[in-house]
Amino acid sequence: MARAGYMIPMLLGKLTKKPVTVMYPYEKLEPFKDIRAKIKFDTNLCIGCGICARDCPSGACYMVDIPNPVDKKKKTPHFDLDMCTFCGQCDESCPKDAIKLTDEYELAHFKRGELIVK
Amino acid sequence: MAEVTIPIGPIHPALKEPERFMITIEGETVVAADVRIGHIHRGIEKLAESKTYIQNLYLTERICGICSFTHTTNFSQATEEILGIEVPKRGVYLRTIVNELERIHSHLLWIGVAGHEMGFDTLFMYSWDDREIVQDLLEIMTGNRVNYAYNTIGGVRRDMSPEIAQKALKAMDKLEVAMQKYIDIGLNEDTILKRTQGVGVLSPADARRLTAVGPRLRASGIKYDVRKADPHAAYDEVPFEVITSDTHDVHGQYVVRALETLESIKMVRWMVTNLPDGDYRVKTPRKVPEGESFSRTEAPRGEDIHWLVANGTDKPERLKIRAPTYANIANVAFNLKGAHIADVPMIVAGIDPCMGCMDRVIIIDADKKTQTVTDEAGLWKFANDWYANGGKK
Repeated sequence: MARAGYMIPMLLGKLTKKPVTVMYPYEKLEPFKDIRAKIKFDTNLCIGCGICARDCPSGACYMVDIPNPVDKKKKTPHFDLDMCTFCGQCDESCPKDAIKLTDEYELAHFKRGELIVK
Repeated sequence: MAEVTIPIGPIHPALKEPERFMITIEGETVVAADVRIGHIHRGIEKLAESKTYIQNLYLTERICGICSFTHTTNFSQATEEILGIEVPKRGVYLRTIVNELERIHSHLLWIGVAGHEMGFDTLFMYSWDDREIVQDLLEIMTGNRVNYAYNTIGGVRRDMSPEIAQKALKAMDKLEVAMQKYIDIGLNEDTILKRTQGVGVLSPADARRLTAVGPRLRASGIKYDVRKADPHAAYDEVPFEVITSDTHDVHGQYVVRALETLESIKMVRWMVTNLPDGDYRVKTPRKVPEGESFSRTEAPRGEDIHWLVANGTDKPERLKIRAPTYANIANVAFNLKGAHIADVPMIVAGIDPCMGCMDRVIIIDADKKTQTVTDEAGLWKFANDWYANGGKK
């Protein structure tokens, strides 16, 4: 039988429940394991193959004319986190495990250049 | 009484996405409705031609913010078909699990949106609260809440550890209790019944004629689901029922979606317990040989179609996408006629419209300012002439 206020028991039940949201930034949620956030790049492992730049779907990873520490003839990649979608394809494509995704998710900066991982 | 034409949109406070609805009313009754689509056309199909298959996985994911996984599944399936690759059983099961989790979150989202449209914001808040259970599970499993980046050509990118499986089973128990509540509320709460019963009635014959898909079609009493009709992924092995309703209205859609969520919860539970061992992905070549393939999946909103043509390089020759809202928009325009003006938002929200998914192409003849109806042959002739003249009329 239909009646108004059918949800009242549910409403009362919710009174004792804590809010779902938290007061960020004073209170922070623990990031999940294996979350994809800021990129960590190890220049000493990179061989300059450029697969990361070729596979990047958003153009966040690109090769620059800086000689690669391992092979001087090759270039090195830069990662512009302004454009990054954090899909982790570069991490997956890298044959030498030079790219890792950390759980550092707070990436707000005052200057644009600070968001480029070199 | 005089007829008044009210334009709603493309930019309007009531619309979440830009589309134009021209509604002619006489008093409080809608006498004519015209839906103009194309205001959020993004050129994704053309863009797909300039990106590699790996990049396209992330592009197709961004067709829709809610049913992102079904688009990548479709694209991966189409590519795998041309490559002639068989995805390992575990990979197929994991894909199906995420597909069903996505259906749960999309349907819970719809219940919230429907509540909001009928002025019942309490339901909106509560259903989105319970949706966090599945969102958290998706984040643990795939690494992200919305655009999961979980699918890849040849399988999935991450395995499911036993701990995650345990968490998934616990989350499903919690969700089942929550869903029972929403079914109970949907069947008994006066606010929902008064705003949805008898609104947007689409008879089975009209649903077929106007190519309705998904929950809209099943709410019209037609038992059709791509998961049963043309089983993809692991749907031929997972036991489930196709839910239909005989009320043919928006309330029927509520019931279909709520019961479908319950079915999805059971399916996820079954798949997690019967997850096969072994590999979850295979390595695939970057270049795809010449060929074409057609793939369809049952997205939360209905049937989603991808048609892919490969030309032997690492980029597709053509990718055609038919999102479910495109198939459903015709019956919305039909249903708006004769409706009460206050029911317009409910009818539009009923199909769970996703305009961003839908807008693929639009042809506007601004010079002639005329409207003509052409058949398929006429459209073919137009297309051939247009190309023969080098893109001129």
